[in-house]
Parts: sequence; structure tokens; C-alpha cells
Amino acid sequence: MMSNDVDKFIESDGLDTGREKDIGQHIGYRYDVNLVPDMERCPAFLKKYMEIMGWDDLNWLEDVHMGYEENRPAVFDRNINGWVQVPQEMKLPDNQQDRDMIARQLLVKFQMAKSHPLVELMNAYKKF
Amino acid sequence: MAGVGHKSHGKRHDKSHDMGLHAEQLTGRTQQRFFSAAEEENFTYPWAYDVDFDKTAEFDAEEMDSSAINLKIRELMQSGHGTITVKNPRAKHGVGVGILNRLNLKFEGSLGYFGCGLVDGPNIHISGRVGWSCAENMMAGKVVIDKNAGSTFGAAIRGGDLVCRGDVGSRTGIDQKGGTIIVGGRTGAFSGFMMQRGRMIICGDASKSLGDSMYDGTIYVGGQVEDLGVDCVPGEMNDTELKWLKTKLGMYGIEPACGIENLKKFVSGKQLWNYDNLEPAEKKLVL
Repeated sequence: MMSNDVDKFIESDGLDTGREKDIGQHIGYRYDVNLVPDMERCPAFLKKYMEIMGWDDLNWLEDVHMGYEENRPAVFDRNINGWVQVPQEMKLPDNQQDRDMIARQLLVKFQMAKSHPLVELMNAYKKF
Repeated sequence: MAGVGHKSHGKRHDKSHDMGLHAEQLTGRTQQRFFSAAEEENFTYPWAYDVDFDKTAEFDAEEMDSSAINLKIRELMQSGHGTITVKNPRAKHGVGVGILNRLNLKFEGSLGYFGCGLVDGPNIHISGRVGWSCAENMMAGKVVIDKNAGSTFGAAIRGGDLVCRGDVGSRTGIDQKGGTIIVGGRTGAFSGFMMQRGRMIICGDASKSLGDSMYDGTIYVGGQVEDLGVDCVPGEMNDTELKWLKTKLGMYGIEPACGIENLKKFVSGKQLWNYDNLEPAEKKLVL
């Protein structure tokens, strides 16, 4: 079960069990993947995205959460199979639901940007 | 990038590396790409076709093969059509696949194997039935089937909503990595097999070995569960989930006979987690 401390993985190594301490790394996800979004906290940017896509809810973004990499807040981009760190100047709210909404916004902006690595890959390798 | 250990520390290490038993460093995988929050606002992929939902088109697929149908859909998207109706798909295989665009797509009839696989964004409605592996590897969007579906429904789905109003075969959501699978009726054996995350809502009964070897994710069942698979255990529902379930099922006009409040929740017991670098290190000792 996840700790209620939202800064656990920023302020410490997050290692709880003996086995985790033995191997020096956390086992499993470092956030609650089963946390469903609270739509009352949905920002205008994501509502506009939903409208453009023709969706009534967050759809695939329901699986996007604010995670942590190397003690920094980050969001996992499945299209590059890597973590993208959150801008350092960005202040994080004190609860996971709001943090998740920020992660979703940032990921949409990143994935839809012309500078996204997948654009270069598409140009280099797409067949049709 | 991930630092995969491959240093020359003698023959034993090389041998273990050759056998794929090297220790993979799981931290430090960050892509050092920082993005600006003030990035220009785009809501679609840079390569996506600019389509208008109000611009509609339809064609008859009776005499067309699968490749021709898929190419026709692509051509219509290129010309800006945002709502496409395909008549008489005649249960052809591999139709409606690889669509990485916003789009309303309707199939008037049934699809065969691997229908609507690898899609990222479209809203697809199928008025008939679907064969095996419908919407496998789906990334985003909605796929709604009015009748029944075959086995491995939503195999390895990563995101989006996959809805079958009827019954589905076995191994529903095998290797599910995200997204929501909704089954209005019953589901077959080994549903949720090796599920890694995401949500599955079964309104009717679930056959044997539900959630076998699941690593994470959530399964909700309205009817009877024949038996639970390895490491699948009952979970406790919270208010946020209940609210989410009501919204999600309400979107598709589906309600389990038992009522949403009485859905049973199942999660992983997490006894199978073994993603660490200790085991390969232990194996190296015996080589």
C-alpha cells in the first residue's frame, strides 16, 4: 500500500521492505496506479482536449500519474518509454489527485509538440 | 538511458550476459528532455490528419478486402472526413487498425480477428460482433461493440475504453497495461490474466481463474466468480472509485443487474512481484 506522504519519493529513497533495502531499489510502481481521477479537479486545458477528441472523460489519461525518477517529479511517456521530468520551477500541490492532473496536462503538451522524439522517428522510419 | 551492465569481469560474467542474465540497472532511465509548460497548445499529434467531425462519408465494403478498407479509411481522413461509416464489413480480419487520429468510425456489421487493433484516438462503434483480439494494443480512444466478442478481447490494451455490451470469450484483457475494459454480459476463463494495470468491469459472471497472475490493476465483477486465479484477491471499494464507476458506466448506458454499489472488487495480492536485479545476481552464482 502506498504511503499517504505524497513527497515520499522526492524526500527519501522510498525503500520500505527488507528486500527493497537489500537490493537498493523500490519494487513496483512508485505511485498508486489504481487511483482513479477525481473529475472535479479537472483543469480547463484537459476539458478542451476531451472536447476536441470527442471524449466524455479523460480516456487514456486516466492511467497517467505523477511519478518520480531520481528523486524528481516526473511523468512517464509511453511513446518514448521514458520519464520526462517536470520543470524545476513548477510548484507541486500537496495532493496526488492535483499532481496527476498536472502530469496529464504536461504529457499532452509534450506528446503533441513538434519537438517530440516520436516525430523524428516517424520521419525516419514510417513506411507509408 | 538504462545502463545495462556489460563489463568484462571474467568469463563467468560474460557467460551470464550471453545468457541474458545480466543485471539491468532500473534507475537512471530518465530521458533528459525537459519540456516547457508554456509549450504551444496542440491537442493532436503533429502527424495527425486535420479532420472535421461534421464532415461525413460512407462506403460499402462488401467487395473490398481488408487492406482496401483500411486504405479507404486513411484516404477519407486525409481529405478531412471526421465521421466515416463502413457498411457490410462482412467479418473481415484486421479492419480499422492503426488509426492514430481523432475520428468517429462506424462499422455497420461484424468484424473478424484483430479488428481495431493498435488504435490511438478514434471513437469506433461496431453494430455487430467481433472476433478474437479486438482492439489489441489499443492506446487511446473508444471502441464500443453492440453484440458479443471473441477471446483475448482487449489483449495488451494500454489505454482508452473498450466496451462490449454482450458476452466475451476467455482471456479478456490478457496482459492489460492500462485503459478500461467493460463487459456488459459474462466473460470467459482467465480474464485479466497477467494484468499489469488498468481497470476491468464485468457486469455479469466471470468464469474460472479470474485475474490469474495479475501484477496490478483492478477488476470489478457484478455476477458470480467461478474462482480466482493465482494472486488475485478481493479488494475494498472507496468513494472515488464508486463515483468513477457510475460516471464510466453511465457514459455507455450500462448498469450491472446487482447495482453499481454491489460490484465486487478484485486486486493483485502482489506476491508475484519479482522485478529486481537480485534474482539474476543469484543465478550468476550457480553458473
